[in-house]
Amino acid sequence: MDQIIIYKIILCAIVFVVTLGAAAYMTWGERKLASWLQDRVGPDRAGPFGLLQPIADGLKMLFKEEMIPTHSNKWLFILGPSFFMLTACMTGAVIPWGAGFTIDGTYFPMQIADINIGLLYMLGVVSIGVYGIMIGGWSSNNKFALLGALRASSQMISYEVAMGLALIALVMLTGTLNLGEIVAQQDADYAYIVYQPLGFLIFLICAFAETNRAPFDLPESESELVGGFHTEYSSMKLGFFLFAEYINMFISSAVMASLYFGGYNFPFQHELGLEGNLLSAIQTAVFLGKILIFIFVFMWVRWTLPRFRYDQLMNLGWKVLLPLAIFNIFITGLVMYFTGKL
Amino acid sequence: MNLTNRSKVVAKKELTLMESMYLPAIFKGMAITLSHLFKRKATIKYPEETREIAPVYRGQHVLKRDEAGAERCTACGLCAVACPAEAITMEAGEREKGEEKLFREEKYAKIYEINMLRCIFCGLCEEACPKEAIFLTDRIVPSSFTRGEEVFGKDKLVEGLDERVDVTKRQTPDVLSFKQDKKHAHNQTFQDRLKQ
Repeated sequence: MDQIIIYKIILCAIVFVVTLGAAAYMTWGERKLASWLQDRVGPDRAGPFGLLQPIADGLKMLFKEEMIPTHSNKWLFILGPSFFMLTACMTGAVIPWGAGFTIDGTYFPMQIADINIGLLYMLGVVSIGVYGIMIGGWSSNNKFALLGALRASSQMISYEVAMGLALIALVMLTGTLNLGEIVAQQDADYAYIVYQPLGFLIFLICAFAETNRAPFDLPESESELVGGFHTEYSSMKLGFFLFAEYINMFISSAVMASLYFGGYNFPFQHELGLEGNLLSAIQTAVFLGKILIFIFVFMWVRWTLPRFRYDQLMNLGWKVLLPLAIFNIFITGLVMYFTGKL
Repeated sequence: MNLTNRSKVVAKKELTLMESMYLPAIFKGMAITLSHLFKRKATIKYPEETREIAPVYRGQHVLKRDEAGAERCTACGLCAVACPAEAITMEAGEREKGEEKLFREEKYAKIYEINMLRCIFCGLCEEACPKEAIFLTDRIVPSSFTRGEEVFGKDKLVEGLDERVDVTKRQTPDVLSFKQDKKHAHNQTFQDRLKQ
């Protein structure tokens, strides 16, 4: 029993480090990709291919002067980015990163918390995520920050509805909220993208909105709101806000990969003739590859599409995605009824 | 009149169903950005690579010395007169005995300054110079932190004795013969005109 607790602590640390490291190198990847899409070269001075750039950026952030506005609420001002960072890291706990290892007859799962309400937990954490932005924007005592925070909260609330409804159609198929089981089901059957293409599209769009990425980056809106909710932030507190956005991207890519694209499973994995731990390691690598592809899509979209207007954003959320999600539930129900799965 | 055939008449109309779905347009846009991923990069990594420049590029000026190493400039002031940006100022001085190796003519420029911030690098000074003393080179004027540093004196303009600046690209035989051709009025001296 003690063995398992120690193992879970180690796994926690590994997932934490991998998430942070991935987020750091996503800032590098984002800058590289942005420049490639614009026929530029991108950062290439710090180290080979600019690979030391994230470290240089982090150091720069740390050594910058830290400003706390006089008329802001100091505690809330500090709480904002901390909270945002905390909620960004929390979702990683329920994601199954691999099938698990067996050493000396003891089974070590590759999931920190195998809880039976994994999906619900994920939605809950995503909902709390908006508080970091709201607290930060409100306590800055700045009109741009407040506007950004308002936009962020209304946007996230609007798109959470459609996201939740898109997931309900998926849960109707799976019959469970346990993420580990959902991924395991996709080993026996096709990946759920085959059954839920519309649901995936809705979920993808909502994931863009939830992570405040372009074309839904209204909370930040460099061009109209200065910096949106983080206008007054400086030094590492700003760094936390920017960094947490990348962690959110990483985690939501992982969620999309495990819910709709079979998680760590890949086609013909049992025909390879590999067994146990080796197969498990390959599966984890495949899962990370799937996450990478989603991250690429996130960045690719950001450097292609312009930002939505605020009324367009609300129209899309309430008048298009919400009815579509309900329609998707209806169709899923019908199909399940007629194929006798119900 | 159309200068190109790329102009489009803009009409404000209701979006069709396909257009209001956004998705086809989004995929089209993403295909365009993706194609740029594999295109040649436009960047020139400056300190390591430099942009290719024309053979007759007009960059930082040089005040030439003759073969023996004496300064050619005689402070006639024609370059300053020709300069449309009024960037050139000079002060003439008379050659003392024993300075024959330093200055070719009896009169020389004691102070010769070009304000690089005013200069438009048109090359008219070089065209006006009767002594083949000033040339524009392919060197790029270095940047500086103050405006004062951009006023170049003789210390920066006159070529070093052991580090001559190559101006053969601008001083071609054609240019030389043109400059010495007495057919053109601007090459005639007062004596030339008297002879005619």
